[in-house]
Amino acid sequence: MNQQATASKGQIPTADHVKFRSRPWAATLILIGGLIALVFGIAVSVSFGAADIKLSVVWTAVFHFNPDLTDHQIIRELRMPRVLGAAMVGASFAVAGAIMQGMTRNPLADSGLMGINSGAGFALAVCFAFFPQLPFMYLIMYSFIGAGMGAGIVYGIGSLSRGGLTPARLVLAGAAFSALLSALSEGIALYFNIGQDLAFWYAGGVAGTKWFQLKIMFPWIGGAIIGAIILSRSISMLSLGEDIAKGLGQRTGLVKLAGALIVLILAGASVSVVGAVGFIGLIIPHLTRYLVGVDYKWIIPCSAVLGSLLAIFADLTARMIIPKHETPFGAIIALIGVPFFLYLARKERREL
Amino acid sequence: MSVQRTTTGMSYESARRRRGLGILAVIFVLIVIAFIISVNTGYIRLTPLQLLNTMLGKGTDKQELILFDFRLPRIVISLLIGAGLAVSGAVMQGVFRNDLADPGILGINAGAGLMVMLMVSFYPTTNAAPVYFLPVIAFVGAGLTAALIYVLAYKRHEGIKPIRLLLTGVAVAAGISAAMIVLTLRLDPDKYQFVATWLAGSIWGTSWKFVLSLLPWIVILVPYVIYKARVMNVLNLGEQTAVGLGANVNREQFKLLAAAVGLAASSVAVSGGIGFVGLVGPHLARRLVGPKHQLMLPASALLGALLVITADTIGRWILQPSEIPTGIVVAVIGAPYFLYLLARTKS
Repeated sequence: MNQQATASKGQIPTADHVKFRSRPWAATLILIGGLIALVFGIAVSVSFGAADIKLSVVWTAVFHFNPDLTDHQIIRELRMPRVLGAAMVGASFAVAGAIMQGMTRNPLADSGLMGINSGAGFALAVCFAFFPQLPFMYLIMYSFIGAGMGAGIVYGIGSLSRGGLTPARLVLAGAAFSALLSALSEGIALYFNIGQDLAFWYAGGVAGTKWFQLKIMFPWIGGAIIGAIILSRSISMLSLGEDIAKGLGQRTGLVKLAGALIVLILAGASVSVVGAVGFIGLIIPHLTRYLVGVDYKWIIPCSAVLGSLLAIFADLTARMIIPKHETPFGAIIALIGVPFFLYLARKERREL
Repeated sequence: MSVQRTTTGMSYESARRRRGLGILAVIFVLIVIAFIISVNTGYIRLTPLQLLNTMLGKGTDKQELILFDFRLPRIVISLLIGAGLAVSGAVMQGVFRNDLADPGILGINAGAGLMVMLMVSFYPTTNAAPVYFLPVIAFVGAGLTAALIYVLAYKRHEGIKPIRLLLTGVAVAAGISAAMIVLTLRLDPDKYQFVATWLAGSIWGTSWKFVLSLLPWIVILVPYVIYKARVMNVLNLGEQTAVGLGANVNREQFKLLAAAVGLAASSVAVSGGIGFVGLVGPHLARRLVGPKHQLMLPASALLGALLVITADTIGRWILQPSEIPTGIVVAVIGAPYFLYLLARTKS
């Protein structure tokens, strides 16, 4: 392990003495610059689209709303929810991924490992097959329930076993249970011939985002991100290894439970609204770690900012590539993310 | 006095070895049982007596046709791909030292899937597409993707590092999946159904030709990997220790990974996306016989074969006369057993 936890000599090491290699300056720069870029990105993204609207009109639509103007209506009812939704979802997936990678110490981990994506996908497959008339609102609700059940079972199997929940066990239980659920959804999809509908939902998209969804999501996601920041120090400790964290006096079981709950809220809410675009959760934490070091105190907020930037940018691109025909959001994320990730893979010096 | 016996390292080791060999024997017997059941499963039943007669060349023409032209090749193929994928997965997990590594990690499934999808989308209908050609196309796709990942992860002065290869593999596989999503949404429903069945993993090549094209890969590479078991044990100790023990780490890793890619690509070409065997087979083996590769690799091969032959038999039997893709059944029976083992054993 290249991560270094150095404790001052001659004392019994406690949690307070652990120093993580990090670059606070880079992190501060990313946070400030990122937030400015985010505001700018949201503004640009709201003004671009099938109907081009000037930035000044965007300004007046937000601060001096006039319901009689079509442009103002478009901005208020169509563009703003989707752009804000993209920002929220991007931040959620990125933070969830960062927590997963920290807790499991596996560079391949993301929120999908908690059975969240496959749980939501399974619930959707069941809904599409047996209740095809279900309204949108209920679909979202059921897929969140599916995500929750997926995560609950993975966590339960992991921790009910002898010797408790170790990171390796969480990873394996997650991978196996996700494979089981995906296989069942695949079977249902093949049998009922609904594969393409499912694929469309699964490919992800923020196009249909409505204000009411944002209103429901915002407090949860906001709260969970704050929770993640509060938990960040414990996650840094856990990322050194379970034994070290325990040795430093951490109650690892509690931290893992809290981490799992936060991941569930963030990723579950996001998956049920936009589908499985978990790739954000894989690449952004790697990118952030490369930029700011291994301290999760910085990784988590920076991941949130960078994740929403990527999502907004991807959403904008999805609308721009072929106007009036949206390219799937998930595909664009991969398109932007893959070259980036390849570059990082060449640069990466440490394991986590 | 029994205390004395168990505390000496040697006898513990040999007891463990005996136990491992016992487990291997049990799995082998299970495979034989599964084989007999599988031969009997299908639209037309063959009793064990008829089966024996047909095997000895005394059956009717119809019985011979069913046994030799339909059932046997398929069963042999399912055994071969099970062994191939599981051993390939064991090597990937060993070399990358990552529990989540499976044959798909080097883009093999994704590459094969994309090529199949492209090919199907070129033809006006699925019936016009030369299905026979599918495994060849899939093999080419798998090989090209693995090569691309290798090239992208290569650095002139450092060569190949497992962690870089792993991350590059994930990135390339994600890119290919994205391309497949875009294609999926453009395909017409009929073709989509065809591709989805392929991706879910169904055994395609069911004639002796495919057995012959698959056999050399498995027969040469599986023993080769088992022959390298000691090297894999050393690699498992970590790169620095392995170098310290005198292993040429980079070269051994390359040889092993090349063997794993060969195994996985040839298997995936005839089976479609049965990735789960490669992930879970090795983990099951490790939990049953321990981490030493001399036992663990043969156990993986046998368990993989058992898993796929069982899944294929169930898939053919449940919804007669239609079939469930083998890949789905593999996950449905493999995952619960694996989760049970995971909960029961200490890590």
